[in-house]
Amino acid sequence: MSFLRNKIDQIKKPFAKGEKWEKFAPAVNAFDTFMFVPNHTTQKGAHIRDAVDLKRTMVTVIIALIPTLIYGIYNTGYQYFIQTGEVFTFMDAFIHGAYKIVPMIIVSYVVGLTIEFIFAIYRGHEVNEGYLVTGLLIPMIMPVDIPLWMVGISTAFAVLIAKEAFGGTGMNILNPALTARAFAFFAYPTYMSGNKVWVSEASNVDAISGETILGSLAAGNDVSYSMMEMFNGSIPGSIAETSALWVGVGALILILTGVGSWRIMIGGIIGGALMGFLFNLWGANALMSFPWMNHLVVGGFAFGIVFMATDPVSAAQTNKGKWIYGVLVGVFCILIRVFNPAYPEGVMLAILLMNVFAPTIDHYVVEANISKRKKRWSSAQLKTA
Amino acid sequence: MSKDIRIPRGSKLNLVGEANKILVELPKPKTFVLKPDDFFYITPKLIVKEGESVKKGSPIFFSKQNPRIHFVSPVSGEVISIVRGAKRKILQVVITADESDEVITHDVSSFESMDAEAIKEVILKSGSWPFIKQRPYNTIAQPEDSPKSIFISTYSTAPLDVDYEFLLKNNKLDFQKGISVLKKLTSGNVNLTFDESFNGFFGAIKDAELIGVSGKHPAGNVGVQIHKIDPINYGDRVWVVEPEDVVNLGILFSTGQFSSQRTIAVVGSSVAKPQYYKTTIGAALKPYLEASEVNQEEEVRVINGDVLSGTTSSEDGYAGYYNNLVSVIPEGNTYRMFGWLPFVDNHIPSISKTSLSWLFGSKKSKVTTNLNGEERALVVTGEMEKVFPMNIFPMQLIKACIVEDIERMEALGIYEVVPEDFGLIDYASTSKIEAQDIIKKGIALMIKEVG
Repeated sequence: MSFLRNKIDQIKKPFAKGEKWEKFAPAVNAFDTFMFVPNHTTQKGAHIRDAVDLKRTMVTVIIALIPTLIYGIYNTGYQYFIQTGEVFTFMDAFIHGAYKIVPMIIVSYVVGLTIEFIFAIYRGHEVNEGYLVTGLLIPMIMPVDIPLWMVGISTAFAVLIAKEAFGGTGMNILNPALTARAFAFFAYPTYMSGNKVWVSEASNVDAISGETILGSLAAGNDVSYSMMEMFNGSIPGSIAETSALWVGVGALILILTGVGSWRIMIGGIIGGALMGFLFNLWGANALMSFPWMNHLVVGGFAFGIVFMATDPVSAAQTNKGKWIYGVLVGVFCILIRVFNPAYPEGVMLAILLMNVFAPTIDHYVVEANISKRKKRWSSAQLKTA
Repeated sequence: MSKDIRIPRGSKLNLVGEANKILVELPKPKTFVLKPDDFFYITPKLIVKEGESVKKGSPIFFSKQNPRIHFVSPVSGEVISIVRGAKRKILQVVITADESDEVITHDVSSFESMDAEAIKEVILKSGSWPFIKQRPYNTIAQPEDSPKSIFISTYSTAPLDVDYEFLLKNNKLDFQKGISVLKKLTSGNVNLTFDESFNGFFGAIKDAELIGVSGKHPAGNVGVQIHKIDPINYGDRVWVVEPEDVVNLGILFSTGQFSSQRTIAVVGSSVAKPQYYKTTIGAALKPYLEASEVNQEEEVRVINGDVLSGTTSSEDGYAGYYNNLVSVIPEGNTYRMFGWLPFVDNHIPSISKTSLSWLFGSKKSKVTTNLNGEERALVVTGEMEKVFPMNIFPMQLIKACIVEDIERMEALGIYEVVPEDFGLIDYASTSKIEAQDIIKKGIALMIKEVG
């Protein structure tokens, strides 16, 4: 270990303060801190610090994403083989999925991290770990057959416009991963919606019809999947959003480690269930009469509520605000699904919309605290006067 | 009968090296210092020159902001050097003690009939005024003010903090006298807070409102208690006095002499014998650190105060003006391979559940000064609120301080907080932000702009 440490110190020498490559220090530091927690000690403020840091937090989110990702890779192959009618094993399906999805992950990380590194060097701050999660989320919420160059362009758009333009990690208003998806959705609609994109090779092989449940509901057709299939996730959809079961496992990891806000998740489920239930009572069309419990397990609802709405930067930041924000995400998601057949899946737009309103929610929560304090001040003045 | 309060949120850090209840008296150290930096927002104006001999209680410097506030020598002896830093700022006045123990005596015979102004005059003249601090801001109190209440907290929750009941039990009468002195200074209450589960001799103190407190750190911070009991409004002044300084004020009004008694507890995982010592304000720490057997094998950090909000000193340093605690912990300037992975290195205490350290809740841990990461943008939300038991939004207040928005700071409650209340926020922060430093700068700005 000390050999490795010495080697790294040697490599870092020309990047030290006052040396030739000083400007590029954030880039090497990013790799160094990946190997070792640095030897920095506290200089001011509290003399001791918690073991948690941003890297640990972000890696916890990645751990929570892995079950969903693995299932997503398998489901990609499963949907393909089941529709072509070929005989297949778990490994066949997994390999088919991995062949499609691993390149997308690589493209997303390479493009996004390159931009992050450039901005870190340009701005002279360390590379923030936030992109480790964003970079994995972007491919997970895309249709499987989207061309790699579109993944690259969407990623670049998201990192540049949604994140760096606002000042980088911690400053963005919109969730970057969802911005990437929204960009692709509006820029390349033929690759992002319809009934030919949700199953691997659906656009090339005629035998495959890859319609999502919400898509067919919006078209007024019946759904041939059972509630159990919807819950397990063996249905067509974006790569890793189909399985409510494995999203639930991720949610459990996030809640137990305290990394994801349980307030937002529970709020979202309450909001979605409530709205779904109200529409059930109304029941004017197929989407309205779709049982409210099924609303919670199909489409990207579960994935969005657990992994996207809880992004601490773009969500509401006060505890009360998180409840309001969560409930409204759920409500708007179902509302968009039911009232806008052009976008059968409403969760992306619902979260982006609430991202925009999150600061407003927080504003009113904080103002309530302020006015309470001011009231106390004025009543104290009355007493003494 | 006492009324009790419970502080709901916070965190108890269970560290190695709590002081044993042994009080040791060593021969008087040779050198003592008076450091202007121990007093927040004071510009010192020197009265003495190098080489001058002083008595115990002789003024050394006064405050430029309020010339009535004198800072006096804790011992009799000779001023041997005045250490200055950049821009000739006075860092410390070093005094060597002699054996004569000459003391300046003031007339306190008519104590019973003295009114508030006469009491203040004695405290000011004797140089004991710096013992009285005010909220908001935690600066030395202004003698012209009349506080709406006075707070004394003997409930200690900071990591390894002292046991005030043990520390003061030889000074019960002086403590009672000090409380009676303070009672004359306010038209409101003198609030004495103590551990709800064990009030010791504090339960029998007269002239004070007795309040039992329970809860985890920062429940022992007097600011948190004020927020709960008698919150500060715009324009309010609340005075706070450290428990041992109540004793010092009591001694002043019993003997007429400035008292500089200071009991320190040397604690932390780097000392073999954590225990209490009876000494004097500004005393050289070296003999006490040696008596506690500081580990010579490792590089250590000596801290005046607790590990969350104390100030860095050194093995050749001096006791601070106010702190009873001297913490000694190892420096953490080492690398940890892959230490950022979740659920590894669980020996490092963590409030976050991304470490398994919460499973060993009752086990005492050894901490170092390692930052355990690097500074990052503020990403995680909600973690500050978990360790901040006031009805104030800590992150919003910190942001208002960063952008120096005075109106917003005021509205969000800057008058009710002092840096030490943010000690646990510093500790728990995922992004390793320096909340105490930000709040301190914010308060300095408030003093400058609002006053």
